[in-house]
Amino acid sequence: MEHIENCRDLLSSLSDYVDGSLHKELCVEIERHMSGCEDCQIVIDTLRKTVYLYQTTTEPPTMPDEVRQRLFHRLDLDAFLNL
Amino acid sequence: MNKSIQSEPLSLESLQAGDRAEFARMVDAYSAMIYRLGLKMLSNPQDAEDVLQETFIKAFRNLDRFDGRASVSTWLYRIATNEALMLLRKKRPDSISVETPWEEDTEEQEPLQIIDWCCLPENELMSTEVREYLDQAASKLPASLKVVFILRDIEGLSTRETANVLDISETAVKTRLSRARFRLREDLTMYFGERVEGHSDGTY
Repeated sequence: MEHIENCRDLLSSLSDYVDGSLHKELCVEIERHMSGCEDCQIVIDTLRKTVYLYQTTTEPPTMPDEVRQRLFHRLDLDAFLNL
Repeated sequence: MNKSIQSEPLSLESLQAGDRAEFARMVDAYSAMIYRLGLKMLSNPQDAEDVLQETFIKAFRNLDRFDGRASVSTWLYRIATNEALMLLRKKRPDSISVETPWEEDTEEQEPLQIIDWCCLPENELMSTEVREYLDQAASKLPASLKVVFILRDIEGLSTRETANVLDISETAVKTRLSRARFRLREDLTMYFGERVEGHSDGTY
């Protein structure tokens, strides 16, 4: 692969890039490179999808009731369990 | 959990004056979040419960030293991540501590598989089996990467909040998050790659 050095250089910026928190100039550079590099396009797409899968499959935090009861008991807060 | 008690903001003054009812409100407001953090960090309900209990015991003991400069959630996350990392170290002494400024400057070249699995249908990417695999893959990360990944991508904290919780620089948060995400991408590429037919099997 001819542009191998180029691709490796971009890697450290890609996490910020998928977050949308990268400087505009670097974004432009990445996008210019990507348009001619299918492999980097795949790396970015799969990196973005990885983050997306974790973020979207995360359920709102829940806790079993018995865990709450034991916690209140441990903290000597039994009197406030049913408030 | 009684939802009506959640609406009023917590009074730091009452908490520090030893108001038990107010402390109970704080526990109810934040315990599920801390429990999830414990579960994701330790991958075990019993350990998560230990982290949960220790976090609030320490929070109660140290209330008078909480100056309110950080938010209550940042403060509790800080106590909880310390507890979780300590427990993790006890269980796996070989894991790297969060304080270690490990490898930050030694940019080793990790393998990079090129298989485009994004085209897989959404229901295949979101199945129960996949969710379990996602948890399993994250649990394999080294502690210093895992804690950053969980705070940023699971708990949804900002880079700055994560830096505050872990008392590390924002640059360190970004570097570790990037490494964690690339490792997970690699893991998921192996996992999903088998399902993609006729893929080009390239590596850098």
